[in-house]
Amino acid sequence: MKASISVSVNGTARAAEVEPRLLLVHYLRDALGLTGTHIGCDTSQCGACTVLVNGRSAKSCTMLAVQADGAEVTTIEGLASDGELDPVQEGFWNEHGLQCGFCTPGMIMSVKDLLDRNPDPSEDEIRSGIDGNMCRCTGYQNIIKAVQAAAKA
Amino acid sequence: MAVSRMVGARVRRKEDPRLITGAGTYVDDVRRVDMAYLELVRSPYAHARINSIDVSAARDMDGVIDVFVWDDIKDDIGPIPIDAAPSPDMLKPWRQALASGKARLLGDAVAAVVAEDRYVARDAAEAVEVDYEPLDAVVDIEAAIEEGAPLIWEDLGSNMAFRLEPGSEDIDDALAEADNVFSFRYVNQRLIPNPMETRGVVVEPEGGGGLTMWTSTQIPHMLKDRLAAALSIPSNQVRVIAPEVGGGFGCKLNVYPEEYCTALAALRSNRPVKWIEDRSESFLATTHGRGQVNYIDVGVNNDGKVLAIKTKIIADLGAYYQILTAAVPTLSQLMMTGPYDIKAASSELICVFTNKAPTDAYRGAGRPEATYFLERALDQTAQKLGMDPAEIRRRNLIPADQFPYAAPSGVEYDSGDHVTALDKAMEAIDYEGFRREQAAAAEEGRYLGIGLSSYTEICGFGPSNTLGMACWESGTVKIDRAGKVTVLTGASPHGQGQETSFAQLVADDLGVPFDDVIVLHGDTTIVPYGVGTFGSRATVVGGTALRMSTDKVIEKAKLVASHLLEAAPEDMVFQNGAVHVRGAPTQRKTLAEIAEEAHEFQNIPRGVGVEPGLEATSIYDPDAYTFPFGTHIVTVEVDVETGKVSLTRYVAVDDCGKVINPMLVDGQRHGGIVQGIGQALFEGAVYDEDGQLLSGSFMDYAMPIASELVWMETDRTETPTPANPLGIKGIGEAGTIAAAPAVVNAVVDALGSLGIEDIDMPLSPQNVWHAIQSAANGA
Repeated sequence: MKASISVSVNGTARAAEVEPRLLLVHYLRDALGLTGTHIGCDTSQCGACTVLVNGRSAKSCTMLAVQADGAEVTTIEGLASDGELDPVQEGFWNEHGLQCGFCTPGMIMSVKDLLDRNPDPSEDEIRSGIDGNMCRCTGYQNIIKAVQAAAKA
Repeated sequence: MAVSRMVGARVRRKEDPRLITGAGTYVDDVRRVDMAYLELVRSPYAHARINSIDVSAARDMDGVIDVFVWDDIKDDIGPIPIDAAPSPDMLKPWRQALASGKARLLGDAVAAVVAEDRYVARDAAEAVEVDYEPLDAVVDIEAAIEEGAPLIWEDLGSNMAFRLEPGSEDIDDALAEADNVFSFRYVNQRLIPNPMETRGVVVEPEGGGGLTMWTSTQIPHMLKDRLAAALSIPSNQVRVIAPEVGGGFGCKLNVYPEEYCTALAALRSNRPVKWIEDRSESFLATTHGRGQVNYIDVGVNNDGKVLAIKTKIIADLGAYYQILTAAVPTLSQLMMTGPYDIKAASSELICVFTNKAPTDAYRGAGRPEATYFLERALDQTAQKLGMDPAEIRRRNLIPADQFPYAAPSGVEYDSGDHVTALDKAMEAIDYEGFRREQAAAAEEGRYLGIGLSSYTEICGFGPSNTLGMACWESGTVKIDRAGKVTVLTGASPHGQGQETSFAQLVADDLGVPFDDVIVLHGDTTIVPYGVGTFGSRATVVGGTALRMSTDKVIEKAKLVASHLLEAAPEDMVFQNGAVHVRGAPTQRKTLAEIAEEAHEFQNIPRGVGVEPGLEATSIYDPDAYTFPFGTHIVTVEVDVETGKVSLTRYVAVDDCGKVINPMLVDGQRHGGIVQGIGQALFEGAVYDEDGQLLSGSFMDYAMPIASELVWMETDRTETPTPANPLGIKGIGEAGTIAAAPAVVNAVVDALGSLGIEDIDMPLSPQNVWHAIQSAANGA
């Protein structure tokens, strides 16, 4: 038994027949080949799989593909436009906000949502804003700098 | 030598454009045509006899390609290798790719299922029926070696894997000479490394019986050799690729059963096969770190001078050896006197099997454990003597004029200026000012504390001969016909940024633009044999190999230029990316011009001993270890009602010798410090008496998150090492080594007035609250 979904991913309309149990992250990665969205846990804590669903951050490992029916999904691959990096991406690059890079796409998508809601966050607001995203490499300090740089851009 | 432009500069990373756009390829992003998926059936018991395994239901499911257990593969695969053998008498149980007869840890893999997709593979794994007979589990490491403890390896007759006797016979005499002897016990709890990318493997069979493996590893070449040997495939037909690797921290410095099983699955089905570790699975199946109980006797005079220490380390190996399991605790022994001039020291090491995941390297690997027991013991000693903790350190730190310094452990420290680092950290945090603030706060009933940690660490592995394993590194520098530079390194960076720092180094050495240099790594077919990235060694050892190669390339360029410029080779001068005739700077050829001529090879006379091309490969095996050092100081406030610890300031002064890219160095320190804070405050593998892992997911295992942390104020001193021509000591592990004792010292300092002398890590609100209650109740 499969279900039909229509979803806009990075501005492109997609239609698919999916198993009802298929996770959104597997749909993005395996069906669409958008492997920039990563899977770092199975309990919805780490945030590596964060994407934007209708403009708000969502953990795509905790959402079924069928729940995204009719939604607009933005992944890390959809962030740069016409070869121009998004200011959040620039911030991460300039401030050394990443090391191994595995948490980075999810972290960047969470930061997109954070800055959308709060364009000039304090350090504490940034810290709590990225609490749903784990990073094992950076100690978060340069991520905070990256967010601050992006907020100023 | 070119004018230095890049080395020492804050240069943003070459790695990042692909990583910030989602274009990086990690193992799970590798897709091959007709790829199948592997799932492992894992024991739900820490210790159980396996009476039978029925795979028939799984095998009959639609979409299932293969199901195998140990009996199906035992003739096709060797054991998991053990590289470290610190004792000739050590018990040597061998780990199989799949357990049979007994499961010896929670999550021990007992059967493998291969299916058309990962959902079906999961369903089929659940359909495998295993009849287990649960046995008493060995969990506590001190109980494990008591008489009558259940045996994990019955045929070996003991849970004690090996014991190394104390080195010094005279230690008791040395202790007796001191005014005081204080005895302490500390616990370095088990930690779970948890890189954000779990492990994963893809194997594709190649024609002729070979295979290609993509795996999330720190050691592609070491793995290739061991994989080929275990599978009896000629090693030149095995290709291992470490693609983008999402963090390692030591737990990917290994050879795992899943790598063997995925390879077998691919060979058996003649299809590409992928295995990706779930996070919950990773908590069980990937190596853990730390896991030591430490006893230390401190012989100290009334003036604070430490004369002798006697230590006993009981180390939790887990159920099996992985490749460096047995070596890690020996690093604790090597570092037992840390940065202090303590003339007499002895160490006894007892290594114990338990029904838990194998321990192995985890960022710092043995050195954080030693630093923890030593720094805690110094604080407690100071407290007993009524001395300030900064003062006892100052009185015992090795003076700068004592280097090179022969430590009682037998290693020689290369260089250091420890007192300067301590002074700098104390000034940065305003130590005296904080003490006044602390006293004022105490008047208001607030509990503020300050903690110091001075450390040194042994890094830059090899030398191969004293280390007991090949630990050199290769470096290739190739200038192509168009003058572009390709660097190959045997190191296998996975976040550290050597694509950038090595390009800085080579660009400066050759006097070519940074953008003209690319660095390749991690593919055994592309990169000459190398050992890998761990132990803060990649830049120290791999960087030096590259310096040797740029030197050779420059010599070759001079030789080629001498023929082009029709002058004697000894009159060639290399400067700013070009060779000119001494005294005639206009008679010059750029490196790009020389490279083109060296490749075209039409203007080079015959018979002059010059080969076409412009490249060199070098291998560097260090003659000596390096010893980074520094002092970290942290301040905290403790809420005694809830037990919650808040970090208020963190100052780190580290000395890693010369620095190629300060931005990368700071990044390493930030991450390392937070992992140390994680041990001090949050993390711990908690097992119940049956060996069930209670902290087996991110819901229960508290990883450091941004809101629990504090801004890290970083400064450095710079004491070059004479051990290598770059003067580099290494920085990857410093933060993790220094941070945990500094934080615990600060919390105990805050609570000293309540009569608390020690609290075991992690200093979670619950543990701190209990310590406060126990002290209040006089327990």
